[in-house]
Amino acid sequence: MSLLDKLGFKKLKQGLNKTKENIFGQVNRLINARGVIDDEFLAELEEILISSDIGADTSEILIENIKSRVQKDKYLDRNELNTLINDEIRKVLINSVSGFSTFDFRIDKKPYVIMIVGVNGVGKTTSIGKLAYNFKKAGKSVLIGSADTFRAAANDQLEIWANRAGVEIIQSTKTSDPASVAFDTVNSAIAKGTDTVIIDTAGRLHNKSHLMEELKKIKRVMQKLIPEAPHEIFIVIDATTGQNGLNQAKEFSNALGGLTGIILTKLDGTAKGGIVLKINHEMKLPVRFVGVGEQIDDLQLFESESFVEALFEK
Amino acid sequence: MLEDLTGKLETVLKKIRGQGKITENNIDESLREIRRVLFDADVNYKVVSKFISDVKERSLGQNVLNSITPGQLIVKIINDELIKLMGSEKSEIKFSDRIPSVIMLVGLQGSGKTTFSAKLAKYLKSKGKNPLLAACDIYRPAAIEQLKILGKQISIPVYANEKEKNALKISEEAVQFAKQNARDTLIIDTAGRLAIDEEMMNEVSALKKALKPEEILFVVDSMTGQDAVNTAQAFHDRLDFDGIVLTKLDGDTRGGAALSIKAVVNVPIKFSGIGEKLDAIEQFHPDRMASRILGMGDIVSFVEKAQSEFDLSQSSKLEEKLRRNKFDYNDFLSYLNQIKKMGSLSGLISMIPGAGKILKNQEIDDKVLVKIESVIQSMTKKERENPHIINGMRRRRIADGSGNTIQHVNRVIKQFEDMQKMIRQFSRDQGRGLMKKMKIPAGMMKDFKI
Repeated sequence: MSLLDKLGFKKLKQGLNKTKENIFGQVNRLINARGVIDDEFLAELEEILISSDIGADTSEILIENIKSRVQKDKYLDRNELNTLINDEIRKVLINSVSGFSTFDFRIDKKPYVIMIVGVNGVGKTTSIGKLAYNFKKAGKSVLIGSADTFRAAANDQLEIWANRAGVEIIQSTKTSDPASVAFDTVNSAIAKGTDTVIIDTAGRLHNKSHLMEELKKIKRVMQKLIPEAPHEIFIVIDATTGQNGLNQAKEFSNALGGLTGIILTKLDGTAKGGIVLKINHEMKLPVRFVGVGEQIDDLQLFESESFVEALFEK
Repeated sequence: MLEDLTGKLETVLKKIRGQGKITENNIDESLREIRRVLFDADVNYKVVSKFISDVKERSLGQNVLNSITPGQLIVKIINDELIKLMGSEKSEIKFSDRIPSVIMLVGLQGSGKTTFSAKLAKYLKSKGKNPLLAACDIYRPAAIEQLKILGKQISIPVYANEKEKNALKISEEAVQFAKQNARDTLIIDTAGRLAIDEEMMNEVSALKKALKPEEILFVVDSMTGQDAVNTAQAFHDRLDFDGIVLTKLDGDTRGGAALSIKAVVNVPIKFSGIGEKLDAIEQFHPDRMASRILGMGDIVSFVEKAQSEFDLSQSSKLEEKLRRNKFDYNDFLSYLNQIKKMGSLSGLISMIPGAGKILKNQEIDDKVLVKIESVIQSMTKKERENPHIINGMRRRRIADGSGNTIQHVNRVIKQFEDMQKMIRQFSRDQGRGLMKKMKIPAGMMKDFKI
């Protein structure tokens, strides 16, 4: 049995797509209203696509595909047109997107070190609280390292989450260097035989090279203790993020020599996080978890089909 | 800021410029590309559509086809429309005679409200106000603690009541506290909330009703995508906010959300957050931003910044030295300090016209200055005053002393010598303008990419 089964994550929140209309519904309505594929139809489709943050090029590809399919295959009635378009959407957005399959944690490594990175305000600390809670629930011991020594009260915030999750935390002192906190945390986890280590880092804009250097250093010092650590580096991306999300993922990945996944947060709002499709497409970087609220159990496994459906809900 | 957008528009515009005359065909083609650029910059779909059709209408209406310099005309039209989109002038915070005047900050989670409230407090204090911060985010763990720490850093009092679980009560207590302690401005930091969270939106509406703030500022992350307009609209429907604050603009986002929000809710963007430090706040200048987007640079901001930060007595001393051709490492050091006072190098460079394009993928590292400083500081007094005595052995010692490689020391020395040469040139040319002397020698950035 995989760890994830035991983790007890819920599937993408049912409530998310209850009353709203998804892309297939919208396309269906569009077809019923217009009946033919004309410029106006394509403009409306384009608006639906662009508004989801999947990016202008992805939208363009999709629209070109639909245009050429219609020219080649023709269609008899609205039903057929609907099927044809749904087909193309699935092809471009769901099926061709790699690495979206759910992922299992290898738990043969102990401690299993997870490093969390991202720009300011995306929800790193909150996500760590939720992750820790789920590991704890699955019977795994967790040690959190508070390596955000920059933001005021970041350590207090993380400590509150650690308490909520019922896991231990290694605190930074005021003067401490983030890398030394990470080192102490991993060191302590080795000594105690802890299953999982989660390292929080300060939010930083990816174009600030000195801050990216600091991140590299955190990774480097952990490797002094465990050469293959961190076993996972998750970048946290806020669902409201636009096209800049790709730069974020690229820069963090460049600095750290690769990432292993995305945690997409704040999906409970009106933003749908379409940028992760583009990131996945260009970097083959899978979304692993989604954050859907402020409660400790509001972290769920990513699931591509329902994600894409939810992406275009109105 | 917005450099990518600038770069892309420049490419598109070059196409138009390169062609002798504008036909309806190549307008269409160019506009299609501009449209795409704007989508890539996260400008809202509807806003882009309107923008493009406005530009097209104006272009064709003005008989561009026969224009002698069609490129310039198009640039002007796009510039005008962009300014129109972003609002044509900067606007200030509203205050009243009431004590305290209340400023309330609202927005989504993680947009940067708490940090910005501290920046705003510091900014207003520097303008002669006597602000009080109120910690009304009772939900996010340690949010109150965060504001208290920030308040301490800027020596501005923070009203907090950890026992109270009602934001409205805390804010009312803060008003009383402000009255009793002669604080004329109250800045309310509220919890981040989703626009669709009815309960939370009711809470903030109640705050507005009770406090009647002179100013409600909607704080938004400049990296926000297409959803920016929905959120802004929803907050605006409930709160009728007075201004927008654009945070994290020191990143590499193209910041199209700024245009979108402004266009949709028609409320001015008043401030931008441009760094991690608590003085990294700037008044927003829509007109300058439009020029920037079009690659004309933000030279006005640059000069203003230079004037406010550059120490005139220091620079006249420097000028004197330059004239007498006596420029040593001590002068170099004080020159570096002058530059440092002006803020981050990358921030400065981005204001220079054209620099955005040239340096597009070239990163300006602010640590460069620190590295140079460390080298100079490891020189003896004698060496600093007599640069020519620094031989190989001395270089070795300086390298060891400053923790740098000898190559790095050599680069700094080379840089210094280049600068001396440049100065000699200056004295010959009688180029005495302040701006000219501040010019960062070409190659410094390149040489010191460490």
